[in-house]
Amino acid sequence: MNQLLLDYLPIAVFIGVALAIGGALMIAPFLVAYRSPDPEKLSAYECGFNAFDDARMKFDVRFYLVSILFIIFDLEVAFLFPWAVAFKEVGVFGFWSMMVFLGVLTIGFIYEWRKGALEWD
Amino acid sequence: MDSAWSWLDVWQGYVWPLLVMAFWSVLLLTLLLVIIAFLLLLDRKVWAAVQMRRGPNMVGPFGLLQSFADLLKFVLKEPVIPSGADKGVFLLAPLVTAVLALAAWAVIPVSENSWGKWVMSDLNVGILYLFAISSLGVYGVIMGGWASNSKYPFLGSLRSAAQMVSYEVSIGFVIITVLLCVGSLNMTDIVNAQKAGIGTKLGLPNSMLDWYWLPLLPMFVVFFISALAETNRPPFDLVEAESELVAGFMVEYSSTPYLLFMLGEYVAIVTMCALTTILFLGGWLPPFDVAPLNWIPGVFWFIAKVVLVFFMFAMVKAMVPRYRYDQLMRLGWKVFLPLSLLMVVLVAGILQYGVYAQ
Amino acid sequence: MTLTPLFFYLFAFVTVASGFMVVTARNPVHAVLWLILAFFNAAGLFVLLGAEFLAMILVVVYVGAVAVLFLFVVMMLDVDFAELRAGFIRNAPLGAIVGIILLIELIMVLGFRLAGPLSTAISLPIPAAGSSVTNTEAIGRILYTKYVLLFQGAGLILLVAMIGAIVLTLRHKEGVKRQSIAAQSARTPAAAMHTVKVASGTSTVPER
Repeated sequence: MNQLLLDYLPIAVFIGVALAIGGALMIAPFLVAYRSPDPEKLSAYECGFNAFDDARMKFDVRFYLVSILFIIFDLEVAFLFPWAVAFKEVGVFGFWSMMVFLGVLTIGFIYEWRKGALEWD
Repeated sequence: MDSAWSWLDVWQGYVWPLLVMAFWSVLLLTLLLVIIAFLLLLDRKVWAAVQMRRGPNMVGPFGLLQSFADLLKFVLKEPVIPSGADKGVFLLAPLVTAVLALAAWAVIPVSENSWGKWVMSDLNVGILYLFAISSLGVYGVIMGGWASNSKYPFLGSLRSAAQMVSYEVSIGFVIITVLLCVGSLNMTDIVNAQKAGIGTKLGLPNSMLDWYWLPLLPMFVVFFISALAETNRPPFDLVEAESELVAGFMVEYSSTPYLLFMLGEYVAIVTMCALTTILFLGGWLPPFDVAPLNWIPGVFWFIAKVVLVFFMFAMVKAMVPRYRYDQLMRLGWKVFLPLSLLMVVLVAGILQYGVYAQ
Repeated sequence: MTLTPLFFYLFAFVTVASGFMVVTARNPVHAVLWLILAFFNAAGLFVLLGAEFLAMILVVVYVGAVAVLFLFVVMMLDVDFAELRAGFIRNAPLGAIVGIILLIELIMVLGFRLAGPLSTAISLPIPAAGSSVTNTEAIGRILYTKYVLLFQGAGLILLVAMIGAIVLTLRHKEGVKRQSIAAQSARTPAAAMHTVKVASGTSTVPER
């Protein structure tokens, strides 16, 4: 077997075993536990009333903003990984190249902060 | 095709290695789950001790078998699937949470000695794999909250998604600062890089002063707190804040689907403890490399450090009041993000002009 | 090695099948979940190519971040299926044109591949056998020095995305009282309260 396979096959086997354990736990009560469903038991958990409508509703646009900003910073982190690994090799030029990159994104971060995009209300 | 030869080939080339891998996987998972069963008890005992209670003490001596009794109870409970729920996604969510949390342990090295590396797979990109797995933890929560079709789970899952995502960024930056010092994404390399450091520079023998918690102390603190937030532990347990959202995204779950959520949560916590140990506390290295201490196998040091970090998790849970949501987001985006970004620049600058320039 | 093709066909088949399910799933949330499965299998294909770093980044960025946003968007939409179907008929020609262009491009790429090796430097993601340079380090060595302009361009695109997201979505609610931690901490007893001497038998209203 080549090196790549030796690296990744154990992970596949490991996840397979984990899946088997999880699946066994998941199925067990459906086989052994006592079950007597009734409409009240199966209704959604609410404070006394039946739910008027579907629970999936519109929510604050801020959650999108947070996840968009997260995508951007996550990409920034993704760019940092190879840089950190090759830090010794890329030398002073590589260092300043990354500093400019981080500087540009810090400008964006300061803009966010000043605009109040990081406030939660 | 001469079948006798090729069958032997298949056996030696594929079946036997696969069986060996399966054996080690089962062994590691069993040990991990048993250790987590006792850590769960430790969690409850610590929590009880802080509140001057006894905690679980009925099942077995000192309540040692409590977690196993709980497992039996969960399996025998009636599984309820709400009528309005999306059944497939509803049952998939806990499975995804538990399996993803367990999958992280495929790359965590627990020791290294003359036998080799004690790890399922010594990936070149080990830490990146862990980062990827931990960023997927949010899916179980979103899927569970959405599939339940009930208000509390939905609100809980929204909150948690935004929270986990916010702290993921600072965890990424913290990992980068450690990687800058190591220069490799391999987990074993990260531990081995901590064999020499500040302590040996001062002329001392290899000791705990070499580990990264000392030079990167601010990052150690940021990582610890972000790990709490990432795993939805108190004081950041707004997902399941029982006073406002009952049990958050887990409201509609019962029986083993609920157990799988709890299991996934605790496995993720122990993974975070192990990651803290590897990144900052020198993994399996003994605290002082002197005679009686370095006879002890590395795996015991590793477990001892993980339990120590877990104890800190438990103490935080017992002592710190819950954050308000706007404070939580403020801490993540306005304190940890700039702080960790600044530290990345600082550490890189010091390495570039202070350490490597010489 | 017979195991590698086996995994290739497994990943390729699941990618295509889940891609098909993304298009045909009735529930948009299910569609996103199938999309996530497709991402995972694409990551598996990258691993088979030896591009470990790309595989992990695909999972971190696409599954861990982009798909979360997709789920957010899709979870909240009150999708009206009848309207969606009408839209499908109306937009079908446009979709068909885009699809045909993509198909032609794919055929062209495939044609060039078959005609001859285009450039071995690009198509080999793995460093030469025997060298200890990992995939990630190989990327790191050239990305920040040789391709510095493209790298900075990526930074600028991210900046534009950040500003664009804020301009498009940020709306401040009126009448929200926010906590100012600095102001709270800076408040002294002298600023917060003052004592009023009240003569016995009388009452007083503090001045504002």
